[in-house]
This record gives sequence, structure tokens and C-alpha cells, in this order.
Amino acid sequence: MTAVEPPSWTGRSLPRVEDPSILRGHGRYVADVASQDRCWYAKFVRSSIAAGRIVGITAPPGVRIYTAADLDGVGEIVASLARPDFVTTSQPILARDVVRFVGEPVAMVLAETEAEAEDALERVVVEIEPLPAVLSVADATADQARLVHDVDFPGDPNTVVDGRIHTPGFDEVFAAAAHRVSVQVGSARQSAMPLEARASHAAYDPATGRTTLHVTTQMPHVIRTGLADVLGIREDDLRVIAPDVGGGFGAKMALAREDVMVVHAARRLRRNIAWIETREENFMAAWHSREQVYDVEGAFTEDGDLLAVRADLRCDVGAYSCYPVTYGVEPLMAMAELTGPYAVREYSVRSRAVLSNKCPIAPYRGVSRPVQVLAMERLMDVAARQLDIDPVDLRMRNLVHEFPHRIPSGLVLDNASHRQTLAVAAEMADVADFRRRQRAARGEGRLLGIGFSSFAERTGYGTPAFAARSAPFELKPSAVADVITPGFERVVLAMDSSAGVTVRIGASPHGQGLRTALAQVISDELGVSPGEVRVIHSDTDATPYGWGSFASRAMVLAGGASMLAARELAGRLRTLASSRLGGLPGDIDLSDGEARHRETGESVPLFVLARDTYHSSHLIPDKGEPALEATATYDPSGTFANACHVAEVEVDPATGAVAVTRFLVAEDAGRLVNPAIVDGQIQGGVVQGIANALFEELIYDDRGVLVTTSLMDYLPPTLHEVPDIEIAHLETTSPQSVTGAKGVGEGGTIGAPAAIANAVSDALGHLGIAVDHIPATPHRLRTAIRSAQAAQAADKTDRETAS
Amino acid sequence: MKPANFEYVRPASLEEALVELAKDPDESKVLAGGQSLVPMMNFRLARPERLIDINRIPLLEGVESVGDRVVIRARTRHLALQNLSMSTPLGSLLRTGAAHVGHLPIRTRGTFGGSIAHCDAASEWCLVAGLLDAEMTVRSQARGTRTIPASDFFWSIFTTAMEPDEILTEVSLPALDDSYRTGIAEFARRAGDFAIVAATGAVQVVDGVVRDARVCLGGVSEVPFRSAAAEQVLLGQEWSPRLLRDAAEAAADEVDPPSDSHGDGEYRRDLVRALLPRALAGAVR
Repeated sequence: MTAVEPPSWTGRSLPRVEDPSILRGHGRYVADVASQDRCWYAKFVRSSIAAGRIVGITAPPGVRIYTAADLDGVGEIVASLARPDFVTTSQPILARDVVRFVGEPVAMVLAETEAEAEDALERVVVEIEPLPAVLSVADATADQARLVHDVDFPGDPNTVVDGRIHTPGFDEVFAAAAHRVSVQVGSARQSAMPLEARASHAAYDPATGRTTLHVTTQMPHVIRTGLADVLGIREDDLRVIAPDVGGGFGAKMALAREDVMVVHAARRLRRNIAWIETREENFMAAWHSREQVYDVEGAFTEDGDLLAVRADLRCDVGAYSCYPVTYGVEPLMAMAELTGPYAVREYSVRSRAVLSNKCPIAPYRGVSRPVQVLAMERLMDVAARQLDIDPVDLRMRNLVHEFPHRIPSGLVLDNASHRQTLAVAAEMADVADFRRRQRAARGEGRLLGIGFSSFAERTGYGTPAFAARSAPFELKPSAVADVITPGFERVVLAMDSSAGVTVRIGASPHGQGLRTALAQVISDELGVSPGEVRVIHSDTDATPYGWGSFASRAMVLAGGASMLAARELAGRLRTLASSRLGGLPGDIDLSDGEARHRETGESVPLFVLARDTYHSSHLIPDKGEPALEATATYDPSGTFANACHVAEVEVDPATGAVAVTRFLVAEDAGRLVNPAIVDGQIQGGVVQGIANALFEELIYDDRGVLVTTSLMDYLPPTLHEVPDIEIAHLETTSPQSVTGAKGVGEGGTIGAPAAIANAVSDALGHLGIAVDHIPATPHRLRTAIRSAQAAQAADKTDRETAS
Repeated sequence: MKPANFEYVRPASLEEALVELAKDPDESKVLAGGQSLVPMMNFRLARPERLIDINRIPLLEGVESVGDRVVIRARTRHLALQNLSMSTPLGSLLRTGAAHVGHLPIRTRGTFGGSIAHCDAASEWCLVAGLLDAEMTVRSQARGTRTIPASDFFWSIFTTAMEPDEILTEVSLPALDDSYRTGIAEFARRAGDFAIVAATGAVQVVDGVVRDARVCLGGVSEVPFRSAAAEQVLLGQEWSPRLLRDAAEAAADEVDPPSDSHGDGEYRRDLVRALLPRALAGAVR
């Protein structure tokens, strides 16, 4: 009898099991939890001053108010790395004596309804004596700059991370190169802007003394550790649950001071407390990102080989360090990954995190990679022009094509397809045809442009990658305080006595469709259907310790651990089956809910094996455990997905508006577990990349007051502003991912801004206008076009006068 | 995002509404579609003590031709104007204007009169009222009915000639005959956003010569801005694309627009240059 390869669940675009309940309105978010409870509501009095000393906080009688003075026994939030250049600061739960940004929580009020809590908020008077606010990297690092935190800065003032790499051969190669090409790129501050702003609901249980916190978070276990440490209580005094979460994008992977207050008050008052953040607060206080300026210089040979890169990277990280990943997250990622997929050997970089009196930064989809890729891809286009080489050819020439490849920061690019994705993207784009259309349009006064962006997206990394952010350290008799090294994922897989499968995971999916995808992976190993696999997550009482969902990691890590656990459980099922059916475990195939002997064709339902394991355990042949369970951990060093994006745009020279008319993605994220989910990740990511390139910008005025506090001023693109996104897939697998899948959560956001900046620069190249700082708003572009047209007109007049 | 406490009344007739309003006019607000008022209350930027909901009052909706005028009752929803079957230059202007108002849910709920009484200088209906010298009919319990021309109606941002005890009941516009051409063009960062600059125009062209010219701009001042300079450039001249560009240039020179995070005054001038020709591009067939 020939073995028939069972059809694989992996690789199919199964509908997401997550969707029906949400689409039918049965989703359960924190505000739903609160609305079903007679809880009190918390609101936060926030600083309206960027920097200052608190002189007084007063409230009339009847207002239930809590200030820093009421926080005896409550610690502060400290997020640190073990690096010699890292300066540790701490974040009080409520501002104590000083305020450091507009929106910083100064006091909390409680009331029986949200409206009454807002009434109470208006009756609190906070008197603050203003201090000069530090609002730019230049001001922050100047001699005699005012310090945002009163701590010792061994290097420049307010500089909390100052990383450097300088390869031994750099100076010689850089000096000798035929061409040096420099760019300065930058991004405005952005908000991750999840649809659901922050929210928490703490319920105190007088029977057990425990508090259950429902919180909209991406990492419930880590948040529980952080809360317990700050409050000085046992972790087990808390149960943290992330119910349905309305988007995170990184902004929900940081411990919120407000959540500490909610838990603290619930425990002290022995009463349930909820906090539902408003959009305005979310803009002011719920983490920003991306305010980065990079100066990058590339040294090229005559033929266009990129030999060396010099870079000075500055990140304005705001006023505090986010827990657990710290304010090192943007500059350290940029320093390690800047050179991306290009085969450059020599590298000299300085990468800094600099404090300011603005909202602290946290990760946001892509972290610093959108700006890194903007830098490298602008460099490629500027070099192509300067060296008179076709931009696609210049990229092709420099892309790494032999693997593994160690980049100058020490990271290793595993198996990838940089050249192939570029080739596929170029073919889809049909550049020659575009150039014809572009010329024809120019004749009508219409300005079209095309732009490419090739990049490597580091994904699915475990503790080895996070450990590399710190200097190596050893375990000591006491725990390593304040330094957190995230990374592994662990799952506990069980088949119950009816052969139903549950997997408890430490990852914390919140919209990605991970429950569907994990069920597909597990089903293939166990020979069951995905509908029989239930994923249990986001509840610290029900799941193993894990790091949550962020950094394009969950499919690789939780997926890898699930596959390993499922293989172990499958092995047990094969052993049990072989004792029934004869032969060796290796002769048994699991499929369609049965264990089948490959040669004889005889089979036994998994239900029978499961029922017997639990209910006739005394008869189990090898006296094995009366349970079908497996536990597995996965902790790889990380893999790189890769992609090439192409944008076509039309710029309206009269208004400065940019329409993205076509967007192509050639993506290689390894094996596609669920192609529809992968496409959704790419599309959503590209939209956020378009937002970064053209629309979204958090603006502070010259006193450090945030101007853009509503969706009338901060403008995420809508369906009208986004074209169809065409996607082609390549599937290069890596030994660093047991499932073959690479992470794909951030690539869209990482590659799109550079593709659009290059496309707009292409459209406006004849006017000498380039887009290096984003967003390229209509106002900015029109202003540049007006100056360029005026200059050209003046030029023409001069020439005419001369002739 | 919860409003301050307020009292809510929902009268069944206009007379009853006027009585309710007269009780405490300074602390009361009339609720029609609520598309501006309710968000402002949620932000606590508006804190009326009483809301008088006019949504149950009969005969406050609809569009009607009365002689050489067209009367739009105040509570007519934007969507009704977008779907208007009136094959005149005015009908075309109203349909296009309505299509520019926010998004579908906003158009379904928000009202023509509410928009005019709210007096946001970038709003389509304030522009149309300014463009066509609309006459606003308002009523109060104390003084009965009075009619206010557009030139006296719009005072400054969110401020009109209406007294706090008055309710806008209808707006009368000239029924432009077929010798007119109308148009509206806007620039917003995203579809459905408030316009940064909006331009409307109505021109009467007879035998290739402009006999009547009206140009009204939004987003360049606190109230809808009638560009006398542009109108003067157009009037009596032979119609041509060049003339339209000259008119736009004159309008851009005439305005003194404000600056904000969406653009400075110079940018808004550029938008006037770009938009006025687009508004009237199809004016002569």
C-alpha cells in the first residue's frame, strides 16, 4: 500500500476563527467588562505644562483625589539595560514634585460614573511653576542643557543611550572610495493609534484577596510582573487578562502608570475600578514613536558597489523609559540593523537616544526600521542619480545573495531572497512602461513617480537577540535587577479525554489571527482538523509565562513551540497506536482524527486512544502518564523576512497633494501558514506606512504643548487614500524557524514610507525636490514646488535677459 | 468624552420649541443633527444646560420651489440634498456640495440649517449661502419671524446674527436659471475632512460674456468670503480659461488667510488659485 500524503492545513487561507464573534458584536473589550460592573471610574489629572515644578494640587471637598503623596509603599517603574552607555531613569506612578511632559499624570480622581469622574477632573486645580522645556535633540544635548532627569550623564547631556560601532577597516575604505553620497532623513513623531485606546478594569475579590485586572495589553505576563514589582506584592495576588484587544501595534506592550494606579486603588479601597482612556489622552500620553533623524553617508566604488556606511542616528525618546523594552529600543535596533540587506562590509555608526520634555516613546510597528529603510533606500536612489546607474540595477548589485551573511553589526542574515524579490517587484512594476506613462503625463502637466524599497525585516527572535542589547552578564546570588531579557515562548498542549485539543500559550494575540494559524500548524502534526484545536491565551491564570505578541514573533515562536509540542504529543499517540495496531510508532500516520498503520491500513480513532488514556489508564501498555500532554519551548536567534515594495504616485503640483496610485509588494516571509492572514498583515502594515509617509504627524508647539490631540488634526489615511495593494509571495525557509514561517507583522510599515518617498522624489526630481523627511504633507510639498517654480522662472528670465 | 450634565427636552411643535427656548435662551442649544454640537459637548467645549431637540417637529424638512426662489427647510438632511432631483444649476450645486459634506453617516444625520446656524466658515452650506445671498428665516417666541440676508447673517466663526432665543426655520436661495453655471471645489487632506480651502462659484454667461459673477471662498477668513476682486475680474468679460485664472489670481491676492497645522496663509492662497478654476472649470459648455 502506498502512503498517501495527507492534505496539509498549513498553506490554506482558512477563515479566521477570531472574526465571527467580533463582526457580530460579541467582542468583549475592557470597556465591555466595565460596563457590566458597578465599578468606579478613574480619570487622570494631567500636566498641561511640558516641564515644571508642582507647586500645589487642590480639590474641593467631595472630590476623591489621589496624588503622589498617597502612594506610600508604591515604587516607580524602572526599565534598564546592562550597557555602559545606558543611563537609567525612573518613572513615578504619579508625577512627584516635577512634571516632564504635557499629559503626564499628576493625580487620579475616582467617581461612580465616567461623567462624574470628568466633572471631578474639572474641579482639581494644579499649580505648576514652568521650567524651560527641552524640546529637541539639539537643545537637549547642548552644553549646559537643562536635564530632563536629575541623574548623572557620563556623556552628552540628556543622552541615555549612545551606542557605537566602528569596524576596523572603515577609515581606510571610506577615505579611499570613489564616491561618497550622503542623505539626511527623518520622521515626524507618530502615534500607533490603536482603535481601542488604553483601558483597564481591576476587580478586587474579598474572598481571596486577589485582584483581577482586565487590561488592553499585548503582554499580560510581563505586565503582571511589572505591576507586582512596583506595588511590592506577590505576582499571584494578581491575575491579568487581556480580553479582546482593539489593536496594539506596540503601543500596548508597555506598563502604564495609569494601570498601576487602577490596581493600587482597587486593592486599597477593596472596590472595582475602571479606567477608559479618551483619544485625546491617548494622543498626549499613551506613547509616541519615530521622532528620528539619521545622517547617513555611503562610500561607493566607481561601479556602484557600496563599500562603507557612516551614520549618525538620533532618536528623540521623550521623558521616560518604557517598561520592559526601554528607551533603547529605537536607537539600538537602528544601530544593529541599518545596513539591512546590502552587502556593505565597513560600518561606522553612532546611535543615540536623547531625552526631551515630550511623551515617552514605545515600540510602534517597525520601531526604527521605517526610518532605517528610508535612509538606505533614499541613499540608493540619490547614489543612483549621482553615479548615473539605474536604481534597480544599483540595488541588485549590492543586495546580499549568499547566505548566511554576517552584516557589519554582527547580525547574520539567514536564508533570504533579496535579489529575487527585487526582480519580481521590478517585473510587476514594469518600469519601462511606467516611464512611458510618466512622459505622457508630463506632457499634460501631470507629475507621476515611481519608487522602490528593498529591505530585510528581522523577525521571530528570542532571548539571544534581546540579550545582545545588553553587555553580557552573569547570574549572581540575587536576581539581575531591572534588566529584562525577553524572548522565548512556551506552550502547554493537551488532548482531553474526548480527543479535543487545547494549547495554552504565553503569546497574546490581539487581532493577528494567531488562534487560526496555530490551529493549522497543530492540526497537521496531530492529524486533526483546526476546528478541534482551541488556543487559550492572554490570561495569566491559564497560560504559561510568556512574552506576548510583538516584534513579528508570535507565529515563529509560539508557532514553533506549538509545532514542537504537537510533535511530542503526536509521538505519544503513535506509541499508543502502535501498541494497538502492531509495528513501530514510526509506522503510524496521524490523519483525519485517526492513527493508521501505514502498511496494513488498520486504524484506531484518536478518540479511543484519548479515552483509554484517561479512563483505562491501568491498561496503558507502557505505564505511561494518564494524560496526553506536551510542553515545549522555542527560543530561536531570529530570522529575516525580506521584501521589495514599489509605489507609484501622482503629485498635484497646484495643491501638493500626493495620490498613491499603485502599490506592489514582493514579500518573502518563508512558509505561509495562512496566506490570507499574511496578506492582511501586509496590507494593514502598508497603510500605516502610507500614513507615516504622507499623513500622520504629532506636532508640539514651541512650549511643548501637543497640538494634534484629535482625529481632526492627526490624520490616519482612510480607504479613500489607499490603493489596492498587489502582493506576490516568495517562500524561502530558514533553519531559524522550525515551522518555516518568518515574521510578517511589520514589513508593510517598514518598507512603504521609503517606497513612497522615492516615488514622490521621482515625480518632483525635475524640480530638484526630494522627500527625505516625512510626512510629505501637501503644505510642505506645495511650498517646495512654489520655491522651485519661482527659482526656475527667475532662471528663465535671467537667461532671456542675457540672450 | 462625556458631556457635562444637561437637561433634555423634545418638543412636538415649533411653537413649543420656541417656548422652551425662551425659558433660558443663553444656556440652551437647539439640537438638530448634532454632528458638530454633540462632539463639542463630549469634548466639553460646549456645555449647554438645556438641549432642545427639534427632531420630532413636523414640517421642518424638505426643499420647495416658490416662484423664482428655492426654499430649503432647516432640518433637511445633507443626504436629501445629495439625492435632490432638481435639474437646475442650483440643484447641481446643492448635490455637489452635499457630496463634500463629511462621510455618509454624517450626511444621513446632519442638517442644512444646522450647518448654517453653526457657522463654520469652511462648511459647504455657509459658502453656498454666501455665494447666492441666501435669506435666512428665523423665529422666536418674543419677536416672531424675521429674515436675515447672508451678508448680515455670518458674523464670525461660530457666531451669527441669530439671537439665542431664535430657531432657524428655512433658507431661501435664488432659483438660478439655465444661463447660470455653478460649481464647488475643495481641498482636504482626506476624503470627508473639513476643507482646508473651498471655492464656490456661480456665473451667468450670455453669448460668451459674463453677465453675473459670484465667487465665495471658505477656509480663508472667519466667515464665508465673497471675493469682490474675482467677481470684478469676471464681470462683463468674455469667458475663457484665462479669465478664470485671472479671477483666481485676483481672489488669491484679495484674501488674507490664517495659518494652522494644515497650512500657512501662503499655502491657502495657492489653494485658492488651484481651486477656483476647478470649481468653475465646467462653467461653460
